[in-house]
Amino acid sequence: MNRLLQRTVKAIAPGLCALLLAGTSSAQDKTVKVGVLHSLSGTMAISEVTVKNATLLAIDQINAQGGVLGRQIVPVIEDGASDPAIFSQKAQKLIQQDKVVTVFGGWTSASRKAMLPVFERFHSLLWYPVQFEGNECSPDIMYSGAQPNQQILPALNWAFEKDRKRIFLLGSDYVFPRTANLILKKHIVHDGGTVVGEEYVPLGGTDFSSIITKIRIAHPDVIFNTLNGDSNVSFFKQLAAAGIREAQLPVMSFSIAEQEAKAMGPSLVNGSYAAWNYFESLNNPMNRQFIAAYKARYGQNSVIDDPMIHGYVDVLIWAAAVKKAGSFDPQAVRKAATQLGWIGTAMGPVKFADNQSLYQTAYVGQLQSNGQFNILWQSKEPLRPEPYDSLAFPGRSCVLK
Amino acid sequence: MGHLVVFAGQIFNGISVASILLLTALGLALSFGLMNVINMAHGEMLMVGGYITYLTCRFVHGPGAFLLALGFSFVGSALLGAVLEVTVIRWLYGRPLDTLLATWGVSLILQQGARSLFGAIGVDVVAPPWLSGSVAIGRGPLAGLTLPSVRIFIIVLTIVVFALLLLFIARSRAGLFLRAVHQDREMAQALGVNTRWVDLLVFAAGTGVAGLAGTALALIAPVTPTVGQSYVVYAFLVVIVGGLGSLLGTALAALLVGLFSAGVQMFTSVSLADVLLLVLVVVFIQFRPRGIVFRRSRVMKEA
Repeated sequence: MNRLLQRTVKAIAPGLCALLLAGTSSAQDKTVKVGVLHSLSGTMAISEVTVKNATLLAIDQINAQGGVLGRQIVPVIEDGASDPAIFSQKAQKLIQQDKVVTVFGGWTSASRKAMLPVFERFHSLLWYPVQFEGNECSPDIMYSGAQPNQQILPALNWAFEKDRKRIFLLGSDYVFPRTANLILKKHIVHDGGTVVGEEYVPLGGTDFSSIITKIRIAHPDVIFNTLNGDSNVSFFKQLAAAGIREAQLPVMSFSIAEQEAKAMGPSLVNGSYAAWNYFESLNNPMNRQFIAAYKARYGQNSVIDDPMIHGYVDVLIWAAAVKKAGSFDPQAVRKAATQLGWIGTAMGPVKFADNQSLYQTAYVGQLQSNGQFNILWQSKEPLRPEPYDSLAFPGRSCVLK
Repeated sequence: MGHLVVFAGQIFNGISVASILLLTALGLALSFGLMNVINMAHGEMLMVGGYITYLTCRFVHGPGAFLLALGFSFVGSALLGAVLEVTVIRWLYGRPLDTLLATWGVSLILQQGARSLFGAIGVDVVAPPWLSGSVAIGRGPLAGLTLPSVRIFIIVLTIVVFALLLLFIARSRAGLFLRAVHQDREMAQALGVNTRWVDLLVFAAGTGVAGLAGTALALIAPVTPTVGQSYVVYAFLVVIVGGLGSLLGTALAALLVGLFSAGVQMFTSVSLADVLLLVLVVVFIQFRPRGIVFRRSRVMKEA
């Protein structure tokens, strides 16, 4: 019995010592750890690496000004590898093993849904930078990317203002396009427009010949495009080959930003429209500063887009909320973040609402041959985020305590 | 648009889809029918053809660049196929399941290789000016029908390749050997036919044609590391429905699948059309388990 006890103590003692040391070192240290969790490999890497870059830029800028609460921020970078299961594992590792105070990361809705239970279990805090389909409300996530009413519905308003009321919905067959179109259909009918077609292709689909025939028959005024990734290239190529030009039939895309336009070759999508909450071409001093700082660090050929600025702004707001709360505790920080009031950023004034999503301005732009968007329209004021659309999901609301 | 125009347009679309399927499936039909080899890396030969096209069009300019790319991707994919045959498949003859696993591994290696070399996002081949327009029919009962030039080109290319392949098998000495090996491998061997050489030739020719499919596909879609995967399943489907080892059956099956998809997609969604296609194939296989055209062959008897 005695020997067993001895053995147990021997086994546990190093662990205990390490724990004690860890406790004392972080208290004495002038640093604080945050997690940065994006796909650095796999299919999503092309998009997510740039958000990681923008996040690190913000951390460095804050550190250069003395850090937060007198502590330097140390980013712990992990690779989600374009795989939701790995996102979930790495989130748990960051929280439990690295003891990060918060995590910046995620891109696809699948990765967010996989991380959500981890953040809820440990009551940690995730800052999510990408526009999404809404329909979710967790106290342990700060949703800075656009809700449907801040990207998709403003685009619809713009189309109606231009008297384009016959709308063809085209998307990849997964959660974001399906939910986005569910909301769009309700609003199109409600506002007196017509849905002249609704088509989905499997992710990665390359053949659009039959869909283009359907588009010809339906005579839409505008196509609302939620295709993802490479399917966009096939679609625009085949649309052009079929002799349908942008001037006759505008395409409004919700997944094509500056990065995607550059990858696809701007000549292919020249003249098409997009709705976002930020364009690199926004002309304000903060944006010019941000672009200059980013290009100085990551190269003059870098292209900047909406999710990147969200990744950057998330860090700034987190730091401000920590200062306001006087603590790194996630529960205190998330409450403080919603009480910060308006903050000027490169994307315009923003503010976290009570539902932990971001008030932000909606913009509609038209792609030019240089790969930049010409901004044609913007909402009169920053729009209040609505996680649950009132027409598509009546009676549901996001109330967080 | 009138009904007739839509109808004609969809038949055209169906034939155009069938063309790429046929180019992909021809090589499979040859290697499956002759050697009883299931090559899971066949889709990647299409991908390689696509990337070779991309590289050619990037470094060679002028109106002939694309035709040059056709030649390069045929030769490049055929060479890669030959290497695959010599290094992997030759050692696994008569072990179809092992071949399936080994070639699947090769397919994963090739995909990751392409991802490392060219990136996860697809690369784009811009169609040459003489292919970028479309042919619009202005008069007659089909007025208003527009046929994209690239799709016409792909259909013509497929017909030419198919005809050349048939001619090669029917008229050339190598084709004679091929038919002999197909009918009775051991007897052909006994009569002095170098079957190893015939296998290598057939396999390389089949992968070369898949490379041409990659070039054709690059005209209408981006070239991605996974582009082969989305076509190889349908190519297998076409080979099985067509009847193992029969090129004519393969062509008929490709046409059937293409026209069926184009027709059904007009009334339902793309995803549902796929489901219906698979249901049709399952039912068809129940009634004609050996496909549309079945040739007697010792190889197939064993299978």
